[in-house]
Amino acid sequence: MRKIDIAVVDYGMGNLRSVSKALEHVAPAKSVLVTNCPDEIANAERVVFPGQGAMPDCIRELDARGLRESVLFAAHNKPFMGICIGLQMLFEHSEEGDAAGLGLFEGQVKRFAAADMHDEHGEKLKVPHMGWNQVYQVNDSKNATHALWQGIESGTRFYYVHSYYVAPADEAVVTGYSCYPNQFTSAIAQNNLFAVQFHPEKSATAGLQLLHNFVNWQP
Amino acid sequence: MLAKRIIPCLDVTAGRVVKGINFLELRDAGDPVEIAKRYDEQGADELTFLDITASSDNRGLLLHIIEEVAAQVFIPLTVGGGVREVEDVRRLLNAGADKVSINTTAVLNPKMVQDAAARFGSQCIVVAIDAKKVENQPFEWEVFTHGGRKATGLDAVKWAEHMVSLGAGELLITSMDRDGTKIGFNNPLNRAISNAVDVPIIASGGAGSLQHLVDGIKLGGADAVLAASIFHYGEYTIQEAKEFMQKNGIEMRL
Repeated sequence: MRKIDIAVVDYGMGNLRSVSKALEHVAPAKSVLVTNCPDEIANAERVVFPGQGAMPDCIRELDARGLRESVLFAAHNKPFMGICIGLQMLFEHSEEGDAAGLGLFEGQVKRFAAADMHDEHGEKLKVPHMGWNQVYQVNDSKNATHALWQGIESGTRFYYVHSYYVAPADEAVVTGYSCYPNQFTSAIAQNNLFAVQFHPEKSATAGLQLLHNFVNWQP
Repeated sequence: MLAKRIIPCLDVTAGRVVKGINFLELRDAGDPVEIAKRYDEQGADELTFLDITASSDNRGLLLHIIEEVAAQVFIPLTVGGGVREVEDVRRLLNAGADKVSINTTAVLNPKMVQDAAARFGSQCIVVAIDAKKVENQPFEWEVFTHGGRKATGLDAVKWAEHMVSLGAGELLITSMDRDGTKIGFNNPLNRAISNAVDVPIIASGGAGSLQHLVDGIKLGGADAVLAASIFHYGEYTIQEAKEFMQKNGIEMRL
């Protein structure tokens, strides 16, 4: 089997071209493969787990392609990045369609309460949460900034589009948060895993920096 | 907190960016890939490409342009114009679009909006509404299709609510009365729709000054403002527009 540096997990939900293009852009010397083959995911050096659409459909399609095991293996054993629904699926359960997730992290995926949300001018806040919002970095227990935030200032804006957010039971995994209008978790990290609610592949320079840090990360 | 967005709009025909007045009188504004890169460098929050001829001959050309832009510009891209079936949505997403804007087809076949949202997710389905003030109807603004040539008898505000109920994740509201006139967005229209729906709305049609962009947000309740002429011909840069809006109390990504 050919050597794969970065596998982008394809479970048939939407377009992964943006993610693979951005990875190719930051790692021109590495091989980037969009794949739905469990063996290729298992053999890749690092894995990106993106997602768009509805979480119940994503989980169903993941299982339909027999990818659950190889994704869980990668999440435990190699540099792994979840993006958007790829973050949400790592949790136990989502309010979206009352769906079970992969259960790697304890906690729920919740919907923004559109009816009760207003900004400081009293304007209604819309759902989906769509656009550029600040991501504030959270230091780990040793008071260190995560390696993937290197070269990115806390408070930098990233591009979001989502209606649900993760609420981890263990706050120690939170490495980034944003506000809409209440604080919500926008990035988690544990060992070899880093997962974000925003879209680094659509977040201009800051997003490319994060992906650059990921492709060079040695956890 | 979430920033309001500035979205330059590139109307594309025969592989070139053009700009018209009241949907007519097209004027050449340059190469789409170069313009996209320039706006990205200036800090545009997203880019919208509209295939304004939307004939089948131009479709391949547009896909090629989107592919080329998507390989070089890492901000969200919305593409619209002549999207007729779910398969068109798939083709555009595969070429590198992040969102697809549906206009005439949404009126002719609303189920297509529902099917596309169910298949690809609401986050990538934008419904574009071209609206015009009317006198002879029980409502104030009527939806038009076919590039503004056909009246539909639909109330723009009710139509907006219906599209959201079918799965539209965002609405692009173009005032036909204002398009290309540079007299400002139709803020009452945008405010009525913004109040009626929970999804973000983009104000379009009529931006001629930086104050118009501010008014579009503050008076019109828009979540994003779309403009073409004021940026294409170098009157203002995106950065200047953002700084002006920020100074006027609007949260922006600077």
